[in-house]
Amino acid sequence: MGMTIAEKILAAHGGVDTAKPGQYLWCKVDATSGHRLGDLEALGVDRVWDPDKVFHVDDHQAPPPTIAAANKVKELRRLIKKYEISNYFEYGRGGILHQVFAEHGMYAPGDLVAQCDSHSTSGGVFNACVTNANLDAVHVLAFGELWFRVPETVRVILNGTLPAWCVGKDVILKVASELGTDYGLYKSVEYVGPVASQMSLAQRWTVSNMGVEVGAKFAIFEADEKTDAFLADRVNRPYEHVTADADASYEAEYEFDLSDLTPMVARPGDPGNGVPVEGVTGERVKVDQAFLGSCTNARLEDLEVAARILEGKQVHPDVRMLVSPSSQEVFGEALKAGYLETLLEAGALVEHSTCGPCYGGHLGVLGDGETCISSSNRNFRGRMGSPLADVWLASPATVAASAIAGEIVDPRDYL
Amino acid sequence: METTNTGRVWKFGDHISTDFMMPGHRVLANPDLSVEEAAKFCMEANRPGWADEVQPGDILVAGKNFGCGSSRNGSQSLKALKIAVVLAESVSRIHLRNAVNTGLPTLVAPGIADFVEEGQSLEVDIATGQVKNLDTGAVLQAEAWQEGTPPYEILQAGGLEPYMKAKLKERGLVST
Ligand code: SF4
Repeated sequence: MGMTIAEKILAAHGGVDTAKPGQYLWCKVDATSGHRLGDLEALGVDRVWDPDKVFHVDDHQAPPPTIAAANKVKELRRLIKKYEISNYFEYGRGGILHQVFAEHGMYAPGDLVAQCDSHSTSGGVFNACVTNANLDAVHVLAFGELWFRVPETVRVILNGTLPAWCVGKDVILKVASELGTDYGLYKSVEYVGPVASQMSLAQRWTVSNMGVEVGAKFAIFEADEKTDAFLADRVNRPYEHVTADADASYEAEYEFDLSDLTPMVARPGDPGNGVPVEGVTGERVKVDQAFLGSCTNARLEDLEVAARILEGKQVHPDVRMLVSPSSQEVFGEALKAGYLETLLEAGALVEHSTCGPCYGGHLGVLGDGETCISSSNRNFRGRMGSPLADVWLASPATVAASAIAGEIVDPRDYL
Repeated sequence: METTNTGRVWKFGDHISTDFMMPGHRVLANPDLSVEEAAKFCMEANRPGWADEVQPGDILVAGKNFGCGSSRNGSQSLKALKIAVVLAESVSRIHLRNAVNTGLPTLVAPGIADFVEEGQSLEVDIATGQVKNLDTGAVLQAEAWQEGTPPYEILQAGGLEPYMKAKLKERGLVST
């Protein structure tokens, strides 16, 4: 019996020839994040298993908005020094972890990574098993290993040709609206098919990023020349693309024909509430905040499409549009490409790269009764601030177009 | 180890996210909050006042995809409120691992949503997974952790911290 991508990667890291769903393995882990260094110290351990495999950046309250947060950062810097962590990225050189870690070569095809933060499934775009470890990360810091239950694999086959102006965000909102937000529960989800190949790396990244929104442990793509192009100057160790065996077995296979896809939005409350935006425009949903940011959709091509839409136009007088690139590297590229200038001239507020608004932390928290259209990944009640606020999820194009209109609109009318 | 718990049931629906258990605008914005203080905001958005009503030893029953959403350790708040056991139709994997590491017994119990009403009492054996409804007498089988698996060992040890302490000592990574 053949193996899926996840089964191959787990078997290789668990020192076994084959891995089957349901099997428990202690696996060697290739890298982790530094969130749990304090816990390691509390356990009386004075070194990490491999300081070059620990990555860290402060992104959630970045830079610190309160004295308490500042003291936390101070403490973090002490730990980074103590444990000689080389891959630490200061403000101005960092951004949001999933983007920053990838830019610095943390993930390559075939890797097994367990790091803190739920959107770690993002790393699956690199043909790797990347998942969240929470308290578990301290076990990785100490021993460089972690237990895994080999997950069932689900295959999502994306057929057809993606129409113009539909992107990865529309794909995942569509798939989640049809399959529900638990089709990936505990599972490795592998996305394949013509549309998976057609999508840019950034678009696939959005799909892997929202893996956790459908419950997934891993959200994996196959690797191709787009993957290699991104990794070329970033990963200097040898790696091999991992593909599933032809006779691998899947718990379920879902096929979608995306040739007729139209831009999607997810209604407030759940990322699975996706509907075609053309069905919503009649409701005239007024927008108070338009957020183009987060680890989901604030990469260079996301900023580019927003700049193209907003070029020569103005953000609606009643809307605050917040733009926060996914990393400072992306910020710099967007600056040089002129996208940030265009957005600025349109009246958007361009912030540094931060998690702040995405999780309702700071730099753009929603008030009671406000409505936000957001390029991020979660619209749970209270996620971006007040529990009385509404968050709609959409692609960068839909966010930008809605910012101009002051209400949720179909981006195809604005391009 | 005593594995049987008896308690009164609080029922929640499907997709109870960790944002409900630990609201971001309360918890992340106030990093100095103690575990107990953070627990006071548990379920504030979906069920205001619940954290004040819940009693030590109560049992939480939920629907599908319990603990979806962020990796915030919602189990920590539930444990601080002294919830004894969590039973759910299904549980998000991040949350399930957090629960094991926190030492809060959390069992996947297909059928539980229709098996018990709020306010009824359950007797739960976390070792065997047997759940008994003390009001109706009905019995339901939940999925227990298999002996010998890593999560079983960690739960047995009382959570990740005690488990790791023993392992560190065994491997000579700590002096004491
Ligand atoms: S941008 Fe949002 S989803 Fe991404 S890591 Fe930050 S808080 Fe999490």
